[in-house]
Amino acid sequence: MKPLVELAQVIRTKNAGPYELTLDIIFKSRRIYEQVKRENSLNAPLIARIYGVPEPDILKAIYFDPACAFKATMKRPLPCGDPGERDIYGAQQHAPLLDLLLPWEDEHESDS
Amino acid sequence: MRPLVLLSPTAILGYGFPAVSLDRGLSFNPDVIAVDAGSTDPGPYYLGAGQSFVPRRSVKRDLVFLLRAARRLHIPVLIGSAGGSGARPHLEWCREIILEVAREESLSFRMAVIPADVPRSLLLEELSNGRVEPLGPAPQLTADAVSESTYLVAQMGVEPLMEALDGGAEVILAGRCYDPAVFAALPVRQGYPAGLALHLGKILECAAIAAVPGSGSDCMIGILEQGRFLVEPAGEGRRATEASVAAHTLYEKGDPYLLPGPGGSIDLQGAVFTQVTDRRVAVEGSRYCPASPYTVKVEGARQIGYRVVSLAGARDPAFIEQLDTVLQGVEERTRDNFSNEEGGYRLLFHVYGRDGVMGAQEPHPAAGHEVGIVMEAIADSQEFAEAVLGFARSTMLHFGFPGRLTTAGNLAFPYSPSDFKVGKAYVFSVHHLLTLSDPQQIFPVSFEEVRP
Repeated sequence: MKPLVELAQVIRTKNAGPYELTLDIIFKSRRIYEQVKRENSLNAPLIARIYGVPEPDILKAIYFDPACAFKATMKRPLPCGDPGERDIYGAQQHAPLLDLLLPWEDEHESDS
Repeated sequence: MRPLVLLSPTAILGYGFPAVSLDRGLSFNPDVIAVDAGSTDPGPYYLGAGQSFVPRRSVKRDLVFLLRAARRLHIPVLIGSAGGSGARPHLEWCREIILEVAREESLSFRMAVIPADVPRSLLLEELSNGRVEPLGPAPQLTADAVSESTYLVAQMGVEPLMEALDGGAEVILAGRCYDPAVFAALPVRQGYPAGLALHLGKILECAAIAAVPGSGSDCMIGILEQGRFLVEPAGEGRRATEASVAAHTLYEKGDPYLLPGPGGSIDLQGAVFTQVTDRRVAVEGSRYCPASPYTVKVEGARQIGYRVVSLAGARDPAFIEQLDTVLQGVEERTRDNFSNEEGGYRLLFHVYGRDGVMGAQEPHPAAGHEVGIVMEAIADSQEFAEAVLGFARSTMLHFGFPGRLTTAGNLAFPYSPSDFKVGKAYVFSVHHLLTLSDPQQIFPVSFEEVRP
């Protein structure tokens, strides 16, 4: 296992419109990205679990080759700005990703 | 076809740019300066209240540079989503700043103004005709939501902007506008493929955010050629890289392969990003897929009451340890105190230093040695919101709990006055797709000759 923070160069969240939150993980190299993608280590059920939301709330979970990135888009717990809002821009909702460990074999050492 | 050069000075009008970057950008001999002024990112208040999100002084500062430069080079300036939210008051606010700059800088030009307001009667009628659909997870639209919205705007596509260019406009001030449209209008009018032009616009609308190091307040250059486009930051210390430009395609979008907009989508499944110089990236293969019928996104916000907030810190370990019990007690005391009063209210607490940012989704909800507490009341009237918040604040200050040592007060207030009257509180009420019979149906173009 390897911490996601050692494999990624960008881990971010942001609103995609007032009703959706989108998270982007951009990997440090194409080699790392290809391995994560091949093993499908990041996927909708995993994102649903770490965010504590039902799986149907994960609207998209997609690998984007041109940017060596994984993206997941989920339903916001509240529409942006509704009473009880905690993060208008949705820019600081990445903490659950910082604890994530991904399956990783030693022979595929990251080239960070 | 001769190459077209597009200059994007800044990510949002009023975010600023270094004068030296603008000069460097102008040295590319741009055919157009375009800037996006809007976003729903700052939340529902600005659309609901008809207020700009960016300060007037900052918008004027940027416009002085841009209008001067454009008149000197005789190139058009396109401004999309005027005033941030792009409703009638935002448009008028930005128009007045432009007129003031023209007066002070002795500038003359032909200006097109394009409002983007959706007539309430039209939206109600089309709602009953089944020509209004929720966008993503938004709920079904109701007639009440339409009636209660203060302003209703739709994102225009390139078509009304092209009409303004056809009419000889040298400055185009558009209400709510699809962000890439102000960049794509001139290229599409000159025959460039909409897929490339809109994809370029999608990158340029955030200016140098797509560069490394990224910046929302520095200039970016886009060059459209036969079959591809190029992007390059104007700021000396920045580069566009394959990774930075491709990564930007992900930004704020739900699906990186298909970016929907007015009347169709940009399809990036075949897009190829290539580093052509150290600072410049080429993109080809972006396609446009027109959709039928032609739909536009409609946005609206409605008032839900009045908001008052108060900020305080807490440093006592016993208080922090029993905070949830205290907060619950404060809620109960508040409910009891106002149980005979008319009107509804909501009382909310945000505990920073524990779970203020993520709430129930916080993976490590442990408080530190101190916490920050934001108390918030939303009520039917300003007076009631003040009463609720004031009562909750003083109750929390003096709340008794087992083992309390600090009987003089539980909270540290940084300010006097301690309570901030935020005024009207809004929520988004409309985020829906409306079918138009014609892309220009609700975006009337008017022209005026601006003289100093």
